[in-house]
Order: sequence, then structure tokens, then C-alpha cells
Amino acid sequence: MRRVNLLAWFVFMLGMIYFFLPLFSTFEFSLRMKKGVYSFEAYRVAFQDPGFYYNFGSSLLWAALTILCSILLVVPTAYWVHWRLPKARPIVEFVTLMPFVIPAVVLTFGLIRLYGGPPLILTATPIPLIAGYVVLSLPYMYRSVDAGLRAIDIRTLTEAALSLGAGWGTIITQVILPNIRVAILSGVFLTFAIVMGEYVFASLLGWPAFAYYLEEIGAMRAYTPQALSLVSFGITWSMMMLIQWIGRGTRGAEQVAAAH
Amino acid sequence: MESKSGVGVKTLQDTRQAEKGALEVRPSRAGSDWIAWLGLLPFFLFAVMFLFLPSLSIFVRSFQDRGGNFTFENIIALFTVKDIINAYRMSLTISLITAVGGGIFGFLLAYAVIMGGLPRVLRSFLLTFSGVASNFAGVPLAFAFVATMGNAGLVTRLIEQIFNINTREMGFSIYNIYGLSIVYMYFQFPLMVLIMAPALDGLRREWREACENLGGTEIHYWRYIALPILLPTILGAMILLFGNAFGAYATAYAFSGSFINLVTILIGAQIQGDVLYNPGLGNALALGMIVIMSLTMVGYVSLQRRASRWLR
Repeated sequence: MRRVNLLAWFVFMLGMIYFFLPLFSTFEFSLRMKKGVYSFEAYRVAFQDPGFYYNFGSSLLWAALTILCSILLVVPTAYWVHWRLPKARPIVEFVTLMPFVIPAVVLTFGLIRLYGGPPLILTATPIPLIAGYVVLSLPYMYRSVDAGLRAIDIRTLTEAALSLGAGWGTIITQVILPNIRVAILSGVFLTFAIVMGEYVFASLLGWPAFAYYLEEIGAMRAYTPQALSLVSFGITWSMMMLIQWIGRGTRGAEQVAAAH
Repeated sequence: MESKSGVGVKTLQDTRQAEKGALEVRPSRAGSDWIAWLGLLPFFLFAVMFLFLPSLSIFVRSFQDRGGNFTFENIIALFTVKDIINAYRMSLTISLITAVGGGIFGFLLAYAVIMGGLPRVLRSFLLTFSGVASNFAGVPLAFAFVATMGNAGLVTRLIEQIFNINTREMGFSIYNIYGLSIVYMYFQFPLMVLIMAPALDGLRREWREACENLGGTEIHYWRYIALPILLPTILGAMILLFGNAFGAYATAYAFSGSFINLVTILIGAQIQGDVLYNPGLGNALALGMIVIMSLTMVGYVSLQRRASRWLR
């Protein structure tokens, strides 16, 4: 069934133009800082600003904390659901999908109104920020880990370990974790990409972050924001490549994201 | 999914089968069950603190006036205050445009690489890129499009040079709902590609062959087989796209500041300073978003259920 696939080529090329034109334009724009010549001046200026390192470093810190909390929250929960409470699966799944129902800006609104005043004031700490990021990461982390656990025989492994006299700590760290390493890592990389580009929580809760900094300098300067936008794109791109690379050979590594 | 059952594992599995009664009766006993639920306590505690209580507080405060008394006024205001109606209209319009537009184009693109006879390498390339692009949103995306079609953008300059015109003097601006739609499309149709690709893969060759054997044409195949099977997936994906655009904030804010009066932007402004001069109204505004997002999720889930009848 070889038909002329001119139309298919046309649609594909259209898609590629749509994909690459903004990236190319951004690159071209970022090179135009010096009048009349193309140069990497914008990148030099961008990387000289201490504000960049402060905000980028902050985002790295938030990402690390988010990943840590997300793993600690999701892995034992997903494991427990598989091992002891399969009937809790629909409820847990429902909770992990909540970020699709409550947009980030609405959640921030709720968090500020709830924890901005007595009896429990949390807005002076980064706790609402990290909690918000963990909520954002929940669908991806949970789905990743859940798929990982589904692919191994969790009951047999756990019972084998138990019958050999292993404690729970040993079971989790020596038996389960090594088996779902790839699943956890893809969740980790996606969470990293999300947190590094996230703007809503940081800006509205008032914490330094890369995207917040980018927006700030975007309002004041030209060229450097475009240079840093490409850096941001590079981060997302490399995280996706890492997910593909570690997931090679395993099935079902596709990630569908939402919530911007 | 296949479990890797070696010889050792197999024996264990047999033992397990033998012990099945002993092992599986125990967790179902009431006391033990209660302890099992305790294992999910940290997760539910987190969910209550950072998801349900904030949502509940939005819900409760939507029905409170300044003094904390019960009132329907905020909800009524949602349908009567002009700024709010406009914001909802704007958000719904842009979500609809980008859901339908992104849905159609994303479907065509997925169809082109999967069934259009293009080289296989293009297919994995497109899927990788869709993964990246659907996650690439917010501030950097907005800046990329400013550099593309803003006043000094590459495309703007090209058009101006080719046609020898000044777009700015002609009163042309991209900082409106249509310009923003073009920006949103950058993460919308890749998402469509990611959802449609597995569905198109799930169309069995036997179905097409059966159709051809019965004397059906390409049109018959699409009209009576492929489209009815794919339709729930297509509609479900479009609904997901709709919700995706409806909840977006950072992209719109970085692209146009507060020029485009979306619901999310209004909520952001309400957080930074009580621009509506009524805290309860801000809560009602947020509640309206949750209601619309819940409706889209219900629609998505029910269509998903239909879709999985033929495709899995």
C-alpha cells in the first residue's frame, strides 16, 4: 500500500518549522547583542550576573528537595499499595491526578490563604513551595514508579526476602529499589525539568528561582533573556534524552505532561 | 507485563500458591487491614495538608463575605461582574482554540509519521521532540516567541523586509489572544502527538484487511472503522488539551504581562494584591476554575474508558 505520501511530508515539514523556527529565532536573537555583528556577548553577560547563579542555584536546591520528598512520599506508598493494599489503588491514583484538576495558580492561591495566617503559618518557610512542587511531580513520579513496580513480581520478591529473614529496610533498599531504579530515575529527571522551569509557585510565594529571574530580566533587558531561554530549553531537552537513554530496552517510557 | 520467573522464583511461586490461603486471609482481617491503611498515612497526610485543605478553604471562603458570614454573593458576582465574565470568556476561548487547533494538527502530525509512510527515524524523532516541547512551557517559551514574532523578532523582520512594510505602524500586534494561541500551540499539539501515537499504533492491520476483503475503500475504512475507534481518544485528548491551556499562567504572564485578561492572570493579580477588592470573590474565582477543570477531567476519564474498549 504505497501511496504518494506528499501530504504526510507536508504536515511533517510544517510541524518541524513550527518546532524549530522559535528555537532558531531565539538563538539568532541572542546573538545580536553587539550591533551589526553576531556574537556570544549575551551569553557572556548572562553568565556574569551573580543574580543568575543565585537564582539558578536556588532552583537546583528546590529541585533536589522536591525530588527527595517526592521519592520518600511516592515509593513507599506505591510499594505498599502493590504489596498490601491493591484496593487503595484508585484512591491513591485519584490523589496523584489532582494537579490536573487544581491548576498551579489556584493551588498557590489556596496555600497562601490557608498557611499565610494563624493557626499554622508556613508561608515564611519554603514548605509550601516544596509541597507545591511535590504535588506537581506526583502524577509523573507515581506513574513512573507504579509502572516500574508492575513490571516486577513484587509479591514474590518481598515474600522471598521476608522468608530469608530480611527486614523492611533491607527489602526496600536492597530488593525493591534496585529493581525499579530506571522507573524512579525517569520520574526524577522529569521532576527536575519541571522544577527548573517552574514559575508560578516561586513568583507568587516569593522565592528565588530560575524562571522567576528569567521573567525579571526579561522585563528589563533584551538578548540575555533569550540566551537563558535556550539554556532552559537545553535543560528540558537533556532531561528527556536522559529519560530515553536510561529507559532504552524497557517499554512504556513515554511521558505525557500537562499543567503549565 | 511478563514477570521474569527463573527456576528459583518459580519454586517460590509454587510455595506461595500453596500458602495462598494463609497469606491472603490475614490482610483481609479487620485489624490487620487497619494497620495496612496506616502505611498510607504519610501520603494521605500530605494530600490533606497540601491539596484538600487548600481546596476546601477556597470552597468555604467562596461562600463567605468579609465578616465571615455565609453568602451566595461571590458566586453570583462570578456571573455578573464584567471583568470576571470577560476573563472566563477569554480563558475559555483560548483553551477552545488551542485544544481544537492543536488537536487537529497534532492528530495529522501523528498520522503522518505513523501511517503516512514516512521513514521510521522521523517517527522516533518526532516523539522525542514532542516529549520535550510538551514540557517546554512558561517563561522561556514566551521569550522564544517574542524573539520569533515580537517587534524585533526574526519572522517580523523577514516579513517587513520582504513586503517592505512596518507592522507596528500598521497597528499589528501579537500580544492578543491569537498571538497567545500560537504560543500555546507549541506545547499543545506535541501533547496531542504523544497521546495519539499509541492509539494509532493500536489500530490493527487485520481491521483494514478485513475492510478491504469486504470490498471497502479507504473512505469506508475511516468512516466505519478507524474513526469510530479513535474518536473517544481524539475527543478525550482534546479535552485534556483544553484543561492544559485553561490552567496555564506563566506562559501568558511572561508573554504579555497582564494585557491578556485570563482567569489565571486575574487570580495571580488577586494573590499579589487584592485587585478585586473582595477576598471572597478571589476564592470564588479560583473555585470556578476548579469546577471547570473537574468537568474536563470527568469528560476525559469517561472518554478514556470508552477508548480502552478497542485500544489498549
